[in-house]
Amino acid sequence: MKKLFFGGIHPKYNKEMSTRITDFRTICPLQVVIPMVQHIGAPCTPLVAVGDRVLVGQKIGDGEGLCVPVHASVSGTVVAVEPRPHVSGRQVLAVVIENDGKNEAVPAAEADLDNLTNDEILHRIREAGIVGMGGAAFPGNVKALSAMGNVDTLIANACECEPYITADDFMLRTAAEDVLQGMRILKRLLNPGRVVLAVEDNKIEAIEKVRSLHREFPDIELVVLPTMYPQGAEKQLIQSVTRREVKPGQLPVSVGCAVFNVSTFASIYRAVCLGLPLTKRIVTVSGEAIAEPQNFLVPIGTSFHDLIEVAGCLHDKTERVISGGPMMGVAQSDLNVPVVKATNSVLCLLKDVNGAAENPVCLRCGKCVAVCPMRLQPLYMYRFQKAGRVEELKRLNVLDCMECGSCAFTCPGKLPLVETFRKGKQMVREANAK
Amino acid sequence: MNLTVASSPHIRGNFRTNRIMLDVVLALLPGLAVGAAFQGPRALFVALLSVSTCVVAEWLYAQLTKTRNTVADGSAMVTGLLLAMTLPATVPYWLVLVGDVFAIIFIKALCGGLGQNIFNPALAARAFMLLIYPVGLTRYMGLDGVTAATPLHHMVMSALPTETIGQMFVGRCPGTIGEVSSLALLIGGCYLLYRKVISIRIPAAYLGTVALVTLIFSKTGDPVSWMLYSLLSGGVMLGAIFMATDYATSPATPVGQVIYGIGCGVLTVCFRYFGLFPEGVTYAILIMNAFVWFIDRHTAMRRFGTGKGEYKA
Repeated sequence: MKKLFFGGIHPKYNKEMSTRITDFRTICPLQVVIPMVQHIGAPCTPLVAVGDRVLVGQKIGDGEGLCVPVHASVSGTVVAVEPRPHVSGRQVLAVVIENDGKNEAVPAAEADLDNLTNDEILHRIREAGIVGMGGAAFPGNVKALSAMGNVDTLIANACECEPYITADDFMLRTAAEDVLQGMRILKRLLNPGRVVLAVEDNKIEAIEKVRSLHREFPDIELVVLPTMYPQGAEKQLIQSVTRREVKPGQLPVSVGCAVFNVSTFASIYRAVCLGLPLTKRIVTVSGEAIAEPQNFLVPIGTSFHDLIEVAGCLHDKTERVISGGPMMGVAQSDLNVPVVKATNSVLCLLKDVNGAAENPVCLRCGKCVAVCPMRLQPLYMYRFQKAGRVEELKRLNVLDCMECGSCAFTCPGKLPLVETFRKGKQMVREANAK
Repeated sequence: MNLTVASSPHIRGNFRTNRIMLDVVLALLPGLAVGAAFQGPRALFVALLSVSTCVVAEWLYAQLTKTRNTVADGSAMVTGLLLAMTLPATVPYWLVLVGDVFAIIFIKALCGGLGQNIFNPALAARAFMLLIYPVGLTRYMGLDGVTAATPLHHMVMSALPTETIGQMFVGRCPGTIGEVSSLALLIGGCYLLYRKVISIRIPAAYLGTVALVTLIFSKTGDPVSWMLYSLLSGGVMLGAIFMATDYATSPATPVGQVIYGIGCGVLTVCFRYFGLFPEGVTYAILIMNAFVWFIDRHTAMRRFGTGKGEYKA
């Protein structure tokens, strides 16, 4: 199968590690820490105080503007409302709930899609606290609203091109109907001509499952794409599905597309039709330093520590704990950070033998140019950032870099390319602001 | 648990600088073996001397300037071997020493070391040696052990060489240690392609251009033979596969690599047809080296989402 975007790489995927255990366990933590920031936008204000008893699905934080509420993921007592470590590396205000283990939930208000108006659908999406679950965490109702009437193609992203992660794969294997129902809901809202579920060809079971449902969902087109990183990057996915390129600095809606992660679709279905807020998600716990890599159904707010202990963390071998994938994920220093709505994976990796060199030397081999999916020139971006040449960085369109890491992965000189480009982008932004 | 907090990506591929250099050395070995088989053990001595001198020069430079020792990256080894491949087996040993030191110190180290040099070190050294002691580089051993004219000397006279195409292909003809056997060089080139050390763009553009130009502007009544002899004689195969593909001194953009290859090809034929020496590969590549940054700068790929990729609703 021919790939439909330029560049890209073939890292070792290691997905089989976490798919050997085919059913997933539900985690029941003693305590959850629910941050008031789990989305892009304004933070929530806590609606509960220390000592309050809360139920599963109870709204515990909400706010104005670009903001969606957060909900209790366990039943129990609020023991603290204070800043706690967050996956972003900052301290973020959080509601800490001690789990009473009773799993008592607020009654869910089911609804029939046909009886709901578009505004009601959007309202239910918002009230359930739906955000993009692939990593971006953009409020779902806002994205849907901005796409209404402006798109001809709706895409469900199940590419999951990052190595190790199989959370979306498991979502399709275990709850493909929910995903497809969620796509129906957004189809009704956005009224696109084409509704596509895009998946990489390495997810054989998931593809089989979706195919088996084709009779019930004939309006949803399954697009199987070649396995290559970063196939799941939004711009590359749109390019592969529609042959359209999103202009620099623009959003998918500018080319008539709306892209949501498959897990987001499932959450939308559960929110709109079943009345269930987003309180749990599938998280892949994997990596060479995990004894039993697998997927868990995790209440939001479960600490990384609890999660990796259940999967069996080999402490003395763990060098890095990552939230997200190994290509774009964020290395964590504090294992008390909680799983948030956009956490698809927690990885424990061994000492990275191929890490950045002590004395990185650019050979000018040009392999970075050949793999850059944004068709940039990483070798020159690196040189000119080091030389502090902002004008050259602008000419090289450093702001187009999405930090996918394909160049750094490929570089034989082991240059610290991605972090250099982050600095370079900052330099250009500062220069533009002047 | 001692956690490292570092930038993504947290995994890296298997490409390594020293592994690439080792691959280049391995790819050169068939050519060296054929050269030694047809031209005698002195060819091997020259290669060994050249490699060791380059490595020692690299080490010594680091010692004297108190900079990081870079012998382990393997690039000095490659430079030494590449230079030896461009020399006749009869070359005086002292001249090899001079060339190696020139390549490592003046061309590479003083430019800033690996990846920073503008000119291909082996070819720049060869050009220097040709300038200071031409006799040392232009006496070629025939297969019978006496000095003989290379096929290119015949071709300067606009005549086809006395060797058959087949003999030329395997390397049964006078020439430098590493240039004679196109077969061995192509085997090495295929290995480099397989290992993804080089892309096919530069060699294909270079050899394709030489083929096309010599076919169109044939100096004999048999253009096809003339073209084949042009491709198999002299250093064009060695140059196209191993010299023009040198990372530091060739463009990094795909289109740039094709333009660069074409430039090398055109200049090679021009120098052969109109130049002072029968061969033009060395100077063709050196001149194109100077244009590398210029070529890269003007051959950036179309920016994502602009130009013909722009979406119109």
